[in-house]
Amino acid sequence: MPTTRRQFLSLAGGVTAAGTIPVVTLRPLQATPAMLNHAIRNIVGEAPIRTGRVKLDIPPLVENGNVVPMTVSVTSPMTADDHVKSIHVFNEKNPQPNIGNFYLGPSSGRAQVSTRIRLADTQKVVAVARLSDDTFWQVAADVVVTLAACTEEMN
Amino acid sequence: MAALINVPAKARRGDVIEIRALTSHIMETGFRHTVDGKLVPRDIITSFTCRYNGAEIFRADLFPAIAANPYLSFFTVAKDSGKLEFEWVGDNGYSSTASASITVE
Repeated sequence: MPTTRRQFLSLAGGVTAAGTIPVVTLRPLQATPAMLNHAIRNIVGEAPIRTGRVKLDIPPLVENGNVVPMTVSVTSPMTADDHVKSIHVFNEKNPQPNIGNFYLGPSSGRAQVSTRIRLADTQKVVAVARLSDDTFWQVAADVVVTLAACTEEMN
Repeated sequence: MAALINVPAKARRGDVIEIRALTSHIMETGFRHTVDGKLVPRDIITSFTCRYNGAEIFRADLFPAIAANPYLSFFTVAKDSGKLEFEWVGDNGYSSTASASITVE
């Protein structure tokens, strides 16, 4: 019996659909939002985290996740009585939730740090600042990544 | 290892100056595989420290999510003429240093 075009297409569609599902579920180990929260709690403890004061400059759309420029700045007078002790940056979906911890002090003069990071997927990046009075402030930014980092094969 | 340090040569006392430091390092994440399926072992810089005339002014813990050839920019108050020392420490006993001098008027 000759195969009709319709039969062929439905068969091909079925094979494609069946083929894509395992590919999706076989993705490498990723950090999850739960791991993100856990990593933040490791730094912050039980203290409440307020939103504000921290600014995260990161491009909203990234073509190459291997090199993503990022700047974190915190509104602070940076005096001996009122300064930023540390800045912690986290991600949601890289294999590990931590990106970097940066330790500042009153001699920093300005609470601002820039670096270049890797992002394995479209995800949320969170920056948390610890002030000298041990309060915590955070900000989150969503980044769309078209070419992922970290998990490609090496040649 | 080659490092690029950018510190203003001269500053007025009390000025807030930007310091930029870049060093060459592969920052292998430890999450990549070779074509035949073997895991490439992690090889990253884990810590960076900057000292200004011996006193620590900036320190960072780095993770695999920092891009290759780690670049850091941060600020400090120009207090005295002297030396800024930079130190990178990493996996497999990696350690490198660099320094820059500044004149404060």
